[in-house]
Amino acid sequence: MNARPVLRLEGISKSLGGKRILNACSLTVCRGELKVLIGPSGAGKSTLLQCINCLIQPDEGEIWLDGKLLDRTDDGALCAFRAQVGMIFQDFNLFDHLTAAENVTIALRKVRGFSRARAEERAGEELERVGLANRRHLYPAELSGGQKQRVAIARALAMDPRVILLDEPTSALDPELAGEVLSVIQLLARGGMTMIMATHQMDFARALAHEILFMEKGVIVEQGAPAALLLEGRATRTRDFCAKLADLRANR
Amino acid sequence: MHSLTVVIDALPAMLAGGLVTVGNVAVSLSLGLCLGVPLAVGQIYGDALARRLVHIYVWFFCGVPILVLLFLFYGLFIFLGLPAEPFSICCVVLGLTSAAYQSQIFRGAMLSLPRGQLNAARALGMKDRTAVASVILPQALRLSIPGFANEFSILLKDSAICFVLGTQDIMARTSFAAARTHEHLALYAAAGLLYFLLTWLVLKLLHLLERRVHIPGYAAGAEAGAFSGGQT
Repeated sequence: MNARPVLRLEGISKSLGGKRILNACSLTVCRGELKVLIGPSGAGKSTLLQCINCLIQPDEGEIWLDGKLLDRTDDGALCAFRAQVGMIFQDFNLFDHLTAAENVTIALRKVRGFSRARAEERAGEELERVGLANRRHLYPAELSGGQKQRVAIARALAMDPRVILLDEPTSALDPELAGEVLSVIQLLARGGMTMIMATHQMDFARALAHEILFMEKGVIVEQGAPAALLLEGRATRTRDFCAKLADLRANR
Repeated sequence: MHSLTVVIDALPAMLAGGLVTVGNVAVSLSLGLCLGVPLAVGQIYGDALARRLVHIYVWFFCGVPILVLLFLFYGLFIFLGLPAEPFSICCVVLGLTSAAYQSQIFRGAMLSLPRGQLNAARALGMKDRTAVASVILPQALRLSIPGFANEFSILLKDSAICFVLGTQDIMARTSFAAARTHEHLALYAAAGLLYFLLTWLVLKLLHLLERRVHIPGYAAGAEAGAFSGGQT
């Protein structure tokens, strides 16, 4: 691909309690690309995503955004970096004391320095985009799981991120609610948003991912276009894993 | 009948003492709040030195009896050449002690919040200072109201000991009247009732505050409190 790289990771490693969680993970995401991370639980997908915006500080490695190396020891640089990298969590992590609209405006006001009126206008647009304009005055505890996750997406989008990291955004949702979140993500993908997403939704990955990265024991063991990795008759680790997932689903 | 006239005679002085008690508790509780919040933040998010200092502070003020602290600070005020005025000394001692206890209430509330709240704030590019001020504290302070109400009622009762330094609070006025008339039973019953009424009134106000700032749909707030209250 000859598109411009937005985000590049070089040799990210992390150990916790003497155990190697990530081992020299490297990847490059270009503008408008959707990369999907798959792999068994405990493979390090979530840790890798959290290392990218240093919610977990990696022990080694380099993180480049738009060709600029991130200085992880510089607080100001780190905050500026995070403001450009959206993050969607498995358990939503909305601010419970704020309404849907306030969840979106708070960072605009406190980080971007928007006026209240301008932030509210922007929040209205983003909530509209995820189909929740009529829920703006409700608190997180009054929203369904799917609605919470869509507010979280609106909150990330409002910051005009260069790239969005999604950490199993639908794992805490039942299939119906997962569907409404996936269709918002699909909309973003079609609109050219750059994203890295960890998920177990294989159908989604197959249909929309530009590239699938298969992780196991903290290492990216395979990567490639979905068609190539999941091709009938190819003996890839990814295909094995997907076959197992499909078996589990069939046996249920 | 004699007891009643004694109480009625002493009542104006005791009510004036009530103002001193209220003033003392209001200043101490506010001082405790203003110091307790930064102490709690320092203990959780501070560096090793800050955590150590807060730990020592809390250990000292929770570990030394208030009676001892009152005389200790009396001595300290004189040593530093400050006016050894009983009311100020009592406010400082009760305030610093309350700060130690309040810091632990806030700390518990902050730690009870899901870890993801801070992560989400950081992921949006907020500095830790901003995240704590606009995401963590607004939630933690709400959760702290029941513990704070408890701290208030303890502080109000602790304030009675201040009469040893010569403040003119409810306790001091009552003991003065009792020494003069020997009507201990009636006078101290009246004093007890005054303390009780003050406690009741403020606890009611704090309960109203708790309901007022309750987050809609949030189970850990006043609704849960009302539910457990309804069971007893």
